[in-house]
Amino acid sequence: MSAKHAVTSLVLAGAVSTALATLAAAGPLTKAEGEAAMAAKKEKCFGVALKGQNDCAAGPGTTCQGTSTVDFQGNAWKFVQGGTCTSIDLPNGKKGSLKPV
Amino acid sequence: MRPEPGLSFAAAFAPALLDPARSTPAIVTGPNGKSANRRYDVYRNNVTVSLIDALAAVYPAVQRITGTEFFRAMARVHVRSNPPTSPLLFEYGREFPAFIETYEHAQDMPWLADVAHIERAWLDAYHAADASPLSPARLSAVPPDRLADVVFVPHPAARCLRSQYAAVTIFAANRDDASVMRIDASTPEDALITRPEFDVTVHRLPPGGAVFADSLMSGQSLGEAAASALDAGPGFDLAANLAGLIEAGAFISLACGDPS
Repeated sequence: MSAKHAVTSLVLAGAVSTALATLAAAGPLTKAEGEAAMAAKKEKCFGVALKGQNDCAAGPGTTCQGTSTVDFQGNAWKFVQGGTCTSIDLPNGKKGSLKPV
Repeated sequence: MRPEPGLSFAAAFAPALLDPARSTPAIVTGPNGKSANRRYDVYRNNVTVSLIDALAAVYPAVQRITGTEFFRAMARVHVRSNPPTSPLLFEYGREFPAFIETYEHAQDMPWLADVAHIERAWLDAYHAADASPLSPARLSAVPPDRLADVVFVPHPAARCLRSQYAAVTIFAANRDDASVMRIDASTPEDALITRPEFDVTVHRLPPGGAVFADSLMSGQSLGEAAASALDAGPGFDLAANLAGLIEAGAFISLACGDPS
């Protein structure tokens, strides 16, 4: 290890002690309270089971997505800015944009 | 409809599904041997749309940022060259964040791939093994002169991600339907993703916290990790960061330098 900062055991002990005090001050739950809190939460849902389907899942407006050979990339600049990207500012003052520059 | 010798039906049926430029496989025919292009196109649509839908389900913030139209067009480009490799749909789309980084029309949103990385980590944390987080009492039982050698065992759900942009704020603002206030993307933000019980939580790490978290989660000792973090930024607050990581449930247990 080539760290410039040697961290002495005294510094570590002080930091750990402060950390533990912080955690204690946050009022960790006792075991019983913790279990009650766990029980009150919903059981974790393991994913979504999809039903078998034989019909066409592609709805209106999506039916060309599997079969169209149109190059969507070439049309990307035409997409309306339906998203939130315009409210996200970039460092150089530009705003988020879906249009090519 | 008889497959070619030595080729399973699926192997003959599948290759043209994601490539509409290819013709309908010869084994696919309608009644009386008629061509079945439109029938096969139903499969093409279902496969493509279901994979795009899977990406939309995994990356809802990305979709909200770009809008549905842009997202689906971008996802379709990705889907075409990345068929699933696992029958488990939640495994799909792992390469999507890396794809966004290079996607020509997303270059004006350089933070978008980082948001996608957080969303992927969110889902991986959701499906990670259950484990009880480390009790602070375990740490208080370590003698002070042994603290430097303590190694923290990371929680299976814990992930640390760094961004040059305000990826955590952008992620959080776009994961629900609440209106999005103006966000300055230029503030670097690092994310800690944990799931101490059933709920995945995405935390924003304090400056320097990612170096410390990464070091500890990759198995460095407390002494080494603290030194790395202080090297990276002398203002690093060791106590606050350690408390934060323990409270977030980033670890499950401790191992000391030698068996004791």
